[in-house]
Amino acid sequence: MITWLLILAIGVATYAIRLSFVTIFGKREIPAFVLRVLRFVPMAVLSAIIWPQLFLVNNTLDISTTSPRWLAGIIAGLIAWRTRNVLLTIGVGMAALWILQWVLK
Amino acid sequence: MTTRRSEFFNGIKAELPILLGTIPFGLIYGVSARSFGLPPALAQAMSVIIFAGSAQFVVIQLLNASVPAGVILLTACVINLRHALYSASVAPHLKQRGLFWRLLLPYLLTDEAYAVAIIHYQQPGKSPLKHWYFLGAGLILWLTWQIGTAAGLLLGAHIPASWSLDFTLPLTFIAIVIPALKTRADAMAAGAAGLIALLVARLPFNSGLLVATFIGIALGLLIESRSKNRKSANRQTAQAHDQATAPGASQPPTQEPANAESALVPGEQKEAQQ
Repeated sequence: MITWLLILAIGVATYAIRLSFVTIFGKREIPAFVLRVLRFVPMAVLSAIIWPQLFLVNNTLDISTTSPRWLAGIIAGLIAWRTRNVLLTIGVGMAALWILQWVLK
Repeated sequence: MTTRRSEFFNGIKAELPILLGTIPFGLIYGVSARSFGLPPALAQAMSVIIFAGSAQFVVIQLLNASVPAGVILLTACVINLRHALYSASVAPHLKQRGLFWRLLLPYLLTDEAYAVAIIHYQQPGKSPLKHWYFLGAGLILWLTWQIGTAAGLLLGAHIPASWSLDFTLPLTFIAIVIPALKTRADAMAAGAAGLIALLVARLPFNSGLLVATFIGIALGLLIESRSKNRKSANRQTAQAHDQATAPGASQPPTQEPANAESALVPGEQKEAQQ
């Protein structure tokens, strides 16, 4: 039950964020500083999600060959940087992980 | 001749390439939710009520880790805060629309729908029907996300953990973030947030994510304001250069850090350069 309420609360909050400048704040000008802060939000938050998934195993740094996720992640990062192609990044990253897991087993 | 119908279907058509990425993303979300033991009805309801892939992924992970509800709510809000940027960006284009549209279209305002809609809005031509294009793009994405989720929930039990399909989550984010890093300040903000996230991973309630995000944003702002001061001296010569070399198009858009429409949209810059 509490989980359902939580989901509902997140849904309402997300909708409110999307409505914000379109409907809620109406015709008010958006302060330049707010836009400057907002611009950094996605890259900071997504990066803070990505890195632990690549480099941590059970909350401990693991850049050994027993956990090749960090290596596959770096390969995917290079592909993303060179090609800017979403599908290619995911495809090559996944293939790299499978190959590394198989080779290093 | 543009009609409501043609705008609507053109919006769907423009969204199709992005759906190729949305389908596996939705599938993996459903599979992960299932592997965390979440009730399928709850996982599907999240796709309808929240309708934000990255936040949903993080929420199911935090639910799985028994993180307190308040922390999950706060974390989801910080992750979805980027949509305020998209909201600010489309707001001028929706000013003339009635309340119905201004309530409906923000519900569909995801990274993927925004990317397609804003390009159409920025194209020349004052068609008063461009909101139908937005609706087409948003609805087809919504439908795909729901079907992807459902398919993942159904297949969930049949996909072994050794396939490491959960790895598509960081991969998808890598594919979104890296092309969006356009300035040194961007790269430093992202790098700092990532590094700090590693250092503070043991903080209680997963609050490390929030700490890392705030430090990353602060560092980005700091570096941006410093480089701005340095560059402002050169700006006038640079502008003169731009005008001399690019009277028409084909010049990459100049970097305007405070511009709402230089948002985190991988496809956008490519289109703009054409």
